[in-house]
Amino acid sequence: MPPVERHKPSRAPRTPMPEREAAERARDFDEVALGYDEEQARAEAERCLQCKNPTCIAGCPVNIDIKSFIGHIIDGDYADGVAVLKERNALPAVCGRVCPQEEQCEVACVLARKGEPVAIGRLERFLGDHDLACEIEHRCRPTVGADTGRSVAVVGSGPAGLACAGELRRLGHAVTVYESLHALGGVLTYGIPEFRLPKAIVRSEIEMLAEMGVRFETDAVIGATYTVDELMDDLGHDAVFVANGAGLPVFMGIPGENLNGVYSANEFLTRVNLMRAYEFPSADTPVWRGRKVAVVGGGNVAMDSARTALRLGAQEVFLVYRRSEDEMPARREEVHHARDEGVQFKMLCSPQEILGRDGWVTGLVATRMELGEPDESGRRSPVCVMGSEFTIDCDTVIMAIGTRANPLLSASTPDLELSRRGYIVADENGTTSKPGVFAGGDIVTGSATVILAMGAGKKAARAIDRWLDERAR
Amino acid sequence: MFEIVHKRRLSDAVFEMGVTAPAVARKVRAGQFLMLRVDEAGERIPLTFSDWSAEEGWVRFVFMRVGKTTHKLSHLEVGDALADLVGPLGVPTHTESLGRVAVVGGGVGAAVAYPVARAMAESGADVTVILGARTKDLLVLEDEFRALGLRELIVTTDDGSAGRKDLVTAPLKELCDAAAIDHAFAVGPAIMMKFCAETTRPYSIPTTVSLNPIMVDGTGMCGACRVSVGGETRFGCVDGPDFDGHAVDFEELMSRQRVYTDDERLADAEYTRECSCRP
Ligand SMILES: Cc1cc2nc3c(=O)[nH]c(=O)nc-3n(C[C@H](O)[C@H](O)[C@H](O)COP(=O)(O)OP(=O)(O)OC[C@H]3O[C@@H](n4cnc5c(N)ncnc54)[C@H](O)[C@@H]3O)c2cc1C
Ligand code: SF4
Ligand code: FES
Repeated sequence: MPPVERHKPSRAPRTPMPEREAAERARDFDEVALGYDEEQARAEAERCLQCKNPTCIAGCPVNIDIKSFIGHIIDGDYADGVAVLKERNALPAVCGRVCPQEEQCEVACVLARKGEPVAIGRLERFLGDHDLACEIEHRCRPTVGADTGRSVAVVGSGPAGLACAGELRRLGHAVTVYESLHALGGVLTYGIPEFRLPKAIVRSEIEMLAEMGVRFETDAVIGATYTVDELMDDLGHDAVFVANGAGLPVFMGIPGENLNGVYSANEFLTRVNLMRAYEFPSADTPVWRGRKVAVVGGGNVAMDSARTALRLGAQEVFLVYRRSEDEMPARREEVHHARDEGVQFKMLCSPQEILGRDGWVTGLVATRMELGEPDESGRRSPVCVMGSEFTIDCDTVIMAIGTRANPLLSASTPDLELSRRGYIVADENGTTSKPGVFAGGDIVTGSATVILAMGAGKKAARAIDRWLDERAR
Repeated sequence: MFEIVHKRRLSDAVFEMGVTAPAVARKVRAGQFLMLRVDEAGERIPLTFSDWSAEEGWVRFVFMRVGKTTHKLSHLEVGDALADLVGPLGVPTHTESLGRVAVVGGGVGAAVAYPVARAMAESGADVTVILGARTKDLLVLEDEFRALGLRELIVTTDDGSAGRKDLVTAPLKELCDAAAIDHAFAVGPAIMMKFCAETTRPYSIPTTVSLNPIMVDGTGMCGACRVSVGGETRFGCVDGPDFDGHAVDFEELMSRQRVYTDDERLADAEYTRECSCRP
């Protein structure tokens, strides 16, 4: 497919994303951003200059040929556009929704210099959704390679594991994905809420992998049900890819953290997303529905928790963050959504203690912070303002301050080298200290992004393929 | 497929169930637990293994019908299947080289105590078991314990309908007084474990308790199971379930166990009405 000839870019402003009204959407779990229709997608694609030297591509962590897929949208060849995306990204409908485009491809777009880059993420989502809307037999299906007679175990069904599994099938290896939970998808399923990433999308993507011959075994905790060695010695796998994420929640270690009404974001989101507590009692898992909720943190996890609390019926939700809004690591779009929906931002505040009565939370004591001198990383670190303590009245506190590596798997795999903080040490191809064992995603990098995890999974699949070949020789 | 291959009613509200789970059965050790979901809308609940057979590929657990999940579970019969069963989870109970041990099981906790006492007896320990229940009907697995070759099996009931009319702490204290034990292990309701720990504390007899906090995943992912031990927060599912009874903050544990009491009552009431069921 040659690139679009003599394309004349439109000078129209960036096409807005159709969204549901804040007041309406903040009370239910349906998706907030509705996605471009065909006309909007074409209008936005027309803005692309189809640059000779497209700078956007280098901004993408997996170097999707952005110029080319946008060219296909301009031409109305959506299936070809999907094929370009899938060349590099197994889950475009997911990434179009959750990638931090404003700091990746879009910031690198030449138009960004003049203010309004092409809405690359929304166009990616448009194509991803187009593909998912097709009957499964018409969907873009990566070709499965001829059977190599080799078998690989993938531990964890998050983005890293799924991307690796898909790529291994393309290379012709048998693949079994082992997942400790009862449901597949990792953070995409238990963490990111329905209103931002509908679970039906994750399920369709996984269905496609199953169609490609990936086997899935849920309820299998590696390190408990089977060890990594047993996967290779007893279950007949020739290699293992470990992608178990960084799922261990971190607490602050301040007084009152074990009061009733204090949640880790992981617990809160798992109850609601994975266990569907918002449908309680027709779903069996309950969640404590606070009326006044304080969420501590400034990342995507904090935004998701705050917006979920609103949807469970909270009257007031406070976002308590120790730096200022500019430093919040969350996607810009989610910050805006949270604010529009009524989340109250308490910036430059640091929690000191959680107050309680009869075992239940009654308030959060915080001090004000101000930004000091920039540190080595150039970030201005916050320092406490003496005597500025104040109390936020609340009955629920959700800690969204990060996660760490879960030692369950590594503890049962003593010959796997770990970093000081418990992450698996692996090179850029996922090679670890243990022969035949590869690793990637959050368990190597610490909490990062969906696209980086997928990129790592795909790279590792190629490295596994090479390793299997070399070993055979 | 986690097929139910065994079901036995131990008392009015207490059931023993066996489920096919060959991979899990090969791995279980005493003191470990499983997480299960009854059906697709089900919650994940932890239950401790009461028995297993690696050769035959099954695991067993004992549960009391207290809420919606255990209520639904009690309606399943041999030939039905559970949606999910995961395990074995948690750190196994330390059962080696313990010398003279008292194993205390309160209520359904007796089912957890059973494999622990068995493993201790098999590793050569001198084991005295104290089983306690409110009333005779709630005593479980008494015959199985008798078959273990214990030094002694002491039964207590609150109402005297079986064994001594006493709390489990009375014979435990006698054993301490007689300097007849080097170690104690207690499992049952939090309040019972607390008093067992209080009983042995003055004698400085190391006392292990098997805690039962609320759990969601059972693998260290959520922190729902946090307990304070010696002033530090630990995760019951991966750091436990066994902890030093003298260091556990039982008040906090009991408070945290009550978070969803109202919700659970609501869910069970609604379920009972809908299924207009056999009790
Ligand atoms: C609430 C939330 C919102 C986020 N929002 C965004 C966003 O908007 N954009 C973005 O790019 N990133 C976001 N992230 C980060 C992103 O989701 C992660 O970086 C990414 O999912 C990591 O992928 P992974 O495959 O490495 O691990 P995970 O997605 O964590 O998957 C790991 C899987 O392994 C399973 N597992 C763990 N241990 C075992 C074991 N021993 N045996 C078997 N299975 C095991 C887990 O159950 C899980 O399913 C968000 C994260 C969270 C929590
Ligand atoms: S840099 Fe921007 S304008 Fe140029 S090809 Fe990429 S998306 Fe289009
Ligand atoms: S039950 Fe979730 S961390 Fe223990």
